[in-house]
Amino acid sequence: MQVETGEIFGFIGPNGAGKTTAIKLLMRLIFPTAGTARILGKPISDIDMHRDVGYLPEQPYFYDYLSAAELLDYFARIHDLPATVRKERIEKMLQKVGLETAGKIQLRKYSKGMLQRAGMAQAILHDPKVVILDEPMSGLDPIGRREVRDIILGLKHEGKTVMFSTHILSDAEMLCDRVGVIVGGKLRGVGAPEQLVGVKAKATEIFFELTGQSAAPLLAKATRTGDRYRLQVPEAELYDTIDQLRAAGAKILSAAQVRATLEEFFMDLVEADRAQAAAVEVSGK
Amino acid sequence: MKRAGVVALNTFREAVRDRVLYNLLFFALLMMAASVIAGQISIGIEQTVIVTLGLSAISLMGLLISIFIGVGLVSKEMDKRTLYAVLAKPLRRWEFLLGKFGGLVLTLAVNVAAMAVGLFLALIYVKPELERGDATVLIAVYFIWLKLALVVALALLFSCFTTPLLAILFTAGIYIVGLYVQELRNMPMQMMSGGMTLFTKWLSFLLPNFENFNIMAMAAHSRQVPGTLIAQNTLYAAIYCAIVLTAAVVVFSRRNLK
Repeated sequence: MQVETGEIFGFIGPNGAGKTTAIKLLMRLIFPTAGTARILGKPISDIDMHRDVGYLPEQPYFYDYLSAAELLDYFARIHDLPATVRKERIEKMLQKVGLETAGKIQLRKYSKGMLQRAGMAQAILHDPKVVILDEPMSGLDPIGRREVRDIILGLKHEGKTVMFSTHILSDAEMLCDRVGVIVGGKLRGVGAPEQLVGVKAKATEIFFELTGQSAAPLLAKATRTGDRYRLQVPEAELYDTIDQLRAAGAKILSAAQVRATLEEFFMDLVEADRAQAAAVEVSGK
Repeated sequence: MKRAGVVALNTFREAVRDRVLYNLLFFALLMMAASVIAGQISIGIEQTVIVTLGLSAISLMGLLISIFIGVGLVSKEMDKRTLYAVLAKPLRRWEFLLGKFGGLVLTLAVNVAAMAVGLFLALIYVKPELERGDATVLIAVYFIWLKLALVVALALLFSCFTTPLLAILFTAGIYIVGLYVQELRNMPMQMMSGGMTLFTKWLSFLLPNFENFNIMAMAAHSRQVPGTLIAQNTLYAAIYCAIVLTAAVVVFSRRNLK
């Protein structure tokens, strides 16, 4: 698996698939039994390379006796940032993650969402080239998730490479240039979301309004809300269906292609994996 | 090395904010009570009582801090997962360990120094005119600090590969055995088998000799301490700490953080 410079790469998989393990390997928190990994072309054991990497752990927890500003100052000192730069960067980061008014409050008084923001701030504090985020949206309310999404998009615009793990597929679809799908510890697919799910439309959904029951056979397959209906038809039957609806006096409001979602692709992989595991278990018996 | 210093200062700050230095209040009360009571009930041995009581209290309080906080230096960070973000920075694991060790040793230095001031104030209360020999109390306090540094190193080593409870037991166990190393060396070996004799001899040299650092009797009687003893104990503590910390680094550097 390779993440290209300047892209947003989503690492998706169900719980226990190995996303966090893979990220911990990259961050030298655990050690590989086999294989190699490189960041910015350098081996992960290269300590100086980690100056250019930012990391947000899953469900981050920091020293609760420090305030967010003190925590950032501590990490900035570890990164050896000069005193003048430190102060300016800390203020900028607190503002960026929306903690400018809470910067002097001890972290033990922070909510989960605020801790996540402090975590984001420490990950990008030293202006890294590569940012690795483990479940950055977990535990956040819709506003917080949107803010994190904006920060991730902002990082891409600054030319940074972002890799993040998630099991929230809509986030991955919305943000990622490419995704890697990991199931059962194995990488099962890498590519742009639309490539993975296939570009071919599955069907077309027609949304129409109709009073009376003059198109009874078609209506049996449709979903009704008052006088309005939704009907999915295969591409080959599209024009015939539209003709029938018009003949029945229906007012067609819209017709849109229905594509497979990343979620469907993902669920297919998970189901296949489970089926395979069950088969192995049966043959083992 | 600079990064180890940053970790050390943060460890010191943690100790201060977690109210570790509150024990100084208890020590101050103890010294005030002791100086008043010693002045009333002991005739001519006030100094011995104050110095012995004061040094024992410094040693005991220091030991409690060294063992309990020493064991938590790494294990608490692993339990709370505060370690993840720190070790993902350009920080080597040995720098982190050295910083944690340095931070607690610095905390102990401040703590022990403050208690030494309290001890001297109590001493002045019972004996307004101090002699040159009373400076031995300062050397005794310095030796206690060396001993505590050694205990912190041991606590750190054990916490790198076992549970906090076992690490506390191991550290306390080694400390207690370490007080009797001299007795172990002087044991009558004729009663033992050859293998046992060799094992006991090796063990007596392998274990830290904590009794080396005890000059309480000399301090209580204002006897001069030879300079060679100061140099010898300083060197002994430094070398022993270096060996134990190296072992801790070897263990911690290979540890997977689950």
